[in-house]
Amino acid sequence: MSEATEPTAVALFTYALRLGDDALVLSQRLSEWASRAPEIEEDIALTNIALDLLGQARALLDYAAVVEGGTRDEDDLAYLRTEREFRNVHLVEQENGDFAHTIARQLFFSTYQLFLYEELISSTDELLAGVAAKAVKEAAYHHDHAALWTVRLGDGTDDSRRRMQAAVDRLWPFTAELFDADDVETLLAAQGIAVDPATLRPRWVRAISDTFATATLVIPPTVWTSHGGRRGVHTECFGYLLAEMQYLHRLHPGASW
Amino acid sequence: MVIAPMTTAVEHAWAVSSAVADPELPVVTIGDLGIVRGVDIDAQGCVRVVLTPTYSGCPATAVIRGDVVGALHEAGFEHVEVRTVLAPAWTTDWITEAGRRKLSENGIVPPSGVSSQRRVDLALAMRCPRCGSLDTLLVSRFGSTVCQAMYRCTSCLEPFDAVKPY
Repeated sequence: MSEATEPTAVALFTYALRLGDDALVLSQRLSEWASRAPEIEEDIALTNIALDLLGQARALLDYAAVVEGGTRDEDDLAYLRTEREFRNVHLVEQENGDFAHTIARQLFFSTYQLFLYEELISSTDELLAGVAAKAVKEAAYHHDHAALWTVRLGDGTDDSRRRMQAAVDRLWPFTAELFDADDVETLLAAQGIAVDPATLRPRWVRAISDTFATATLVIPPTVWTSHGGRRGVHTECFGYLLAEMQYLHRLHPGASW
Repeated sequence: MVIAPMTTAVEHAWAVSSAVADPELPVVTIGDLGIVRGVDIDAQGCVRVVLTPTYSGCPATAVIRGDVVGALHEAGFEHVEVRTVLAPAWTTDWITEAGRRKLSENGIVPPSGVSSQRRVDLALAMRCPRCGSLDTLLVSRFGSTVCQAMYRCTSCLEPFDAVKPY
C-alpha cells in the first residue's frame, strides 16, 4: 500500500487491527476449551475453529504491521500491546461460561464474520480480499456448527433450552457493537476498501431470527448495549485473557518452538 | 550440478517442489493437493516457488515452505525463494485425480462434488473407503486436521476420515 495516502494508511492499519484482534481474541478464548469440552468431538471442533481464527488473525496482523511501516511484526502486535491498544469488540473477549454461552457467542460472531467476509471479497484492497476469500469458507463452517448446536440446545430439553436462552440473554447486549462504524470504516468504505459494518445488520438480524425460530429461542429486549472495544476500552475480563496469552512471550522474548 | 537448459531446469525444479509430501497427509504430495502455483528461475538463477495456503490456520503451511526449500537445495538449487499468495484462494477442486486416488487408497475419502459455494446445503453420502457402502454417518464435522471430518460406516462399522469440500 505504498501508494496509499497518509490518512488512508492510518485507517487501514486500524481496520486490519480491528479484524485481526477480533479473530485473535476469540481464538484465545476458544482454545481455553481444549481438554474441557463436553465431548471429544466438541473439543476438536472448538480448537479447530480456534486454529482457523488464529490463521486469519496472523494474516491480518501481519498486514497491519506492513501497513504501519514494518517497525513491528505480527508477534509484536499480538504479544506486546497493552489492553488499551487492542481493538477487538467486547463480544469476543467475554468469558466462555458454560457450553451454551460459548455457542451463543459463536453464533453471534460467526454470522457477523460470514456476512462481513462475503462483502470483503470485493474489497479493492488485494490483501483484504484474499484473506476474505479464504476465510469466508471457514466462517460458513463455523456458522453451521454454531447454528446446529443452537437448535440442538434450544429445541432440546427444558434444561438445555433454559440455559441456551440464558446465554443469549447474557450476550445479546454485546452484539450491537459489531455494527458500529466510525471514521475508520467510513473513510475506507468510501474507497471500496472496507465494509461498513452497519450495512450488515439487517441480514444478521434476519439470520439470527431464523435460527432462533427453529431453536424456539427469543431475541431479548435490548436494555443496554456495550461499546468501546474499537477504541481500546475493554471489559474487566479482558486483562486476564491478555495476561495469560502474553505471559510466555513477555517472560521469554522471541521464544519459539 | 551440470547447468541444464533453462526450461529443463524449471521443469526439474517444478517436479522437485511438487514431489514434497504433505506433512499432515503424507500419502499425497503438495503437487497432488494443488498447492504449488508456480515455479520459475530468475536471471540470477534463483528458484522462485509460489505456494497457496489451504486453510488460514493450517499449521502445515510453514513446514511445507521449509520442506520445499530443503528439497530444492538437495536437488542442487542453491538459491530458493518461496512466496505464499492468498489469491486466488485454494479450493479442494484443485486436488488432482492422482491425489484423489491416493487419498482414497489410504482410507481417506476425497472431497466429493465441487467446493462449497454456499448454494447447496444438501450433503452427498460419503462412500466408505473400506467396504464401499454408502450407508455412513457423519460423526463430527471436525476431524484430526482442519481439512477433515469424521465419519463411521454403518455396514462394516469402521470409522474413517473425509476431506471436507472447501
